[in-house]
Amino acid sequence: MAKVPVQFRLNGSDRAAFADPADNLLTVLRRGLNDFGPKYGCGQGTCGTCSVLVDGELRLACLTLAASCEGASIETVSGMADGPNLHPLQQAFMEHFAAQCGFCTPGMLTAAKALLARNPNPSRDEIIDGIAGNICRCTGYEPIIAAIESVARGAAAGQRR
Amino acid sequence: MMEFRKDLFSNERDDDLNVVGKGVQRQDAPGHVTGRSPFFDDHAFEGLLHLKVVRSPHPHARIRRIDISAAERAPGVKRILRGADVPVNRNTLLSLINFGKDDEPTLAVDKVRYIGEPIVAIIAESEAQALAARALVRLEYEPLPAVFDVEEALKPGAPVINDIYPGNYFEYHEKYDHQKLRFGDVERGFAMADHIVEDRYQMSPIEHAPTETNGSIAAPEQNDRFVVHSCAQGLFFSLGTAAKIVNLDSNRLHFIGGTVGGGFGGKVDSLTEPLSILGAMMTGRPVRYVLDREEEMLYGSPRGAERIYIKDGIARDGRILARQIRSYFDAGAYTRLSSYAAIKCTAHLPGPYTIPNVASDIYVAYTNRCPSTAMRGFGITAVDFALEVHMDKGAEACGLDPMEFRILNAYRDGDMKAHRRVAKNTALIECVQVAAEKARWPISDEARRQSSLTGGGGARAEIPATPIDENGRINRPETRGGRPTQTLPAGTMRIPLTKQPIMEGSTENRPKAPAVPQYEPYRPAAAAPPPPAPAYTPPPPSAPPPAPAPAAAPSASPAPASQHGAHRFSSVFGTRRR
Ligand code: FES
Ligand code: FES
Repeated sequence: MAKVPVQFRLNGSDRAAFADPADNLLTVLRRGLNDFGPKYGCGQGTCGTCSVLVDGELRLACLTLAASCEGASIETVSGMADGPNLHPLQQAFMEHFAAQCGFCTPGMLTAAKALLARNPNPSRDEIIDGIAGNICRCTGYEPIIAAIESVARGAAAGQRR
Repeated sequence: MMEFRKDLFSNERDDDLNVVGKGVQRQDAPGHVTGRSPFFDDHAFEGLLHLKVVRSPHPHARIRRIDISAAERAPGVKRILRGADVPVNRNTLLSLINFGKDDEPTLAVDKVRYIGEPIVAIIAESEAQALAARALVRLEYEPLPAVFDVEEALKPGAPVINDIYPGNYFEYHEKYDHQKLRFGDVERGFAMADHIVEDRYQMSPIEHAPTETNGSIAAPEQNDRFVVHSCAQGLFFSLGTAAKIVNLDSNRLHFIGGTVGGGFGGKVDSLTEPLSILGAMMTGRPVRYVLDREEEMLYGSPRGAERIYIKDGIARDGRILARQIRSYFDAGAYTRLSSYAAIKCTAHLPGPYTIPNVASDIYVAYTNRCPSTAMRGFGITAVDFALEVHMDKGAEACGLDPMEFRILNAYRDGDMKAHRRVAKNTALIECVQVAAEKARWPISDEARRQSSLTGGGGARAEIPATPIDENGRINRPETRGGRPTQTLPAGTMRIPLTKQPIMEGSTENRPKAPAVPQYEPYRPAAAAPPPPAPAYTPPPPSAPPPAPAPAAAPSASPAPASQHGAHRFSSVFGTRRR
């Protein structure tokens, strides 16, 4: 199959790759552009380890055709920190021991970021709902929920001040 | 937050621990939260090839024909591997420690023995091309009768699954078809008992389902070596296994790993490394072999299913007088680590209790199911579940509270275990006391006063006279029945050996394994002791279950001779209390 060029912004930089028209975004990010942040866990939309943001919206990269992202702005966990400064969610995941093997963590952080972007002060149930598409097999979900909750409460407290 | 109960055994420990009981940041956390932790698949390679395997659709079949001609001509295909291409196409994982016979091919040649068994490996420029070519491989099979039940597999006349073990059981010490434990006389114990409690427990296979599937990337390196990025949980185990199968000196393999996306035991089998390396050897290019999720779920080895029979004889006052266990480990089609699981299981019996008469026979049976492997306490977890459910049933049979029943039968320091080693560093009583306290489950003051440090030893340290039998002796006409052949006098530590014990498999051109360690001599007791007197008498339960009472902390342990350090909990290699 002839390869086609795809261009998009990846974590703020313009990037381009050649891809099969049938290639999914996950393959192109990982093997085309060497962004190994998003992970392959199932390739069928059931685990959430491949979660990325496409124009600010939470998407499963394994079920997204790369070609459909032409001109889009894509964010992955690799661009989450601001230089050497970790994102508050990253800091909170460390403090709450929310990453054991770390394989689900990129997807969890991305889902959490998307949640807080659209709902800065989510309830516990809304947090659970926000990560419902992400499977973690090691940590258990409590530390992850606690980490996200701490960021949400911190931000809310900051706003009130 | 975890609670560190320093009040328990406090006089046995220097309170100078730097890390235990404190919150410390893990060094891999920054990598995890930034997505930079290097999992095996997170490595870029120029010219990376992809490997996919053709798997058996049959649980048991003879392979009549393998035709790869169409697949070979498919676009992007670089190389196709079959069993004949694998330098050492028969291995067993524990051969690295001279245990067990080589019984499993990397790529099946003449027969397939479970659904999903790999037969042909296709290496192509892209995953899509490898998958397309995989569909072009033509295979002809002659299906054979299959066995899926452990006890069916052990019946005379059952189809032979794994030709290396024609009886469908793993052979222990070239002698027995099971792991055998004999301590005292269970039949005598049952005869003295007031209650007999018997049951059967059946476990299911369990898939580890790590979020990262099994996989590896191998690539030619400078200096005539191959670099291997691996998901392996035991990197050196995998290195040794792969080196044997591809027949390279292990110093020609450069394994990189240790960052594992969840393993839980499912990443010790080296499922992918040998073929990745072989692919890199054959093509001169980097080769990536990763299981997809369906392969991981269906063909990644699970925790083996176990069938466990337990029979307890219990006195009216609640003391367990005899415990007999028969268990069948479902190895699936090949051994992998099941032989070891049965040893662990036997070593764990009869659970953390002092029981004067114990007998167990633990079998590893081959079936036409996916080979099983390690998983979180394998060999122990399932039998522990069965034992503890059985403890509840035993408590019910003699009308005792289940917590009190456990404390009554718990082992204590100085007791003789069924393996003829003296129990040290026991802590079950304290565990039950704390569990009762946390669950606000009322136990009697008497039970709360019990301690692992007192009441053990004495008559409880005696080794009873033990009838032994030849049940399951390999190559005997009678196999699984029969009467005792001999009674070992009380106090006998071990059966006199007719020859130096050598682990099986060591005869196959391998260096001999070191001899089994000898135990310290034990002073034999004069005669078979009576069953030990109860350390205390638990009260009958007030039925219905009593209302929760305010929790009380277990009383402090009486102070034995001064002891220091964390040694109590590091008894694995026989560390003794100081
Ligand atoms: S890899 Fe995309 S959801 Fe699992
Ligand atoms: S930390 Fe391992 S899967 Fe979540």
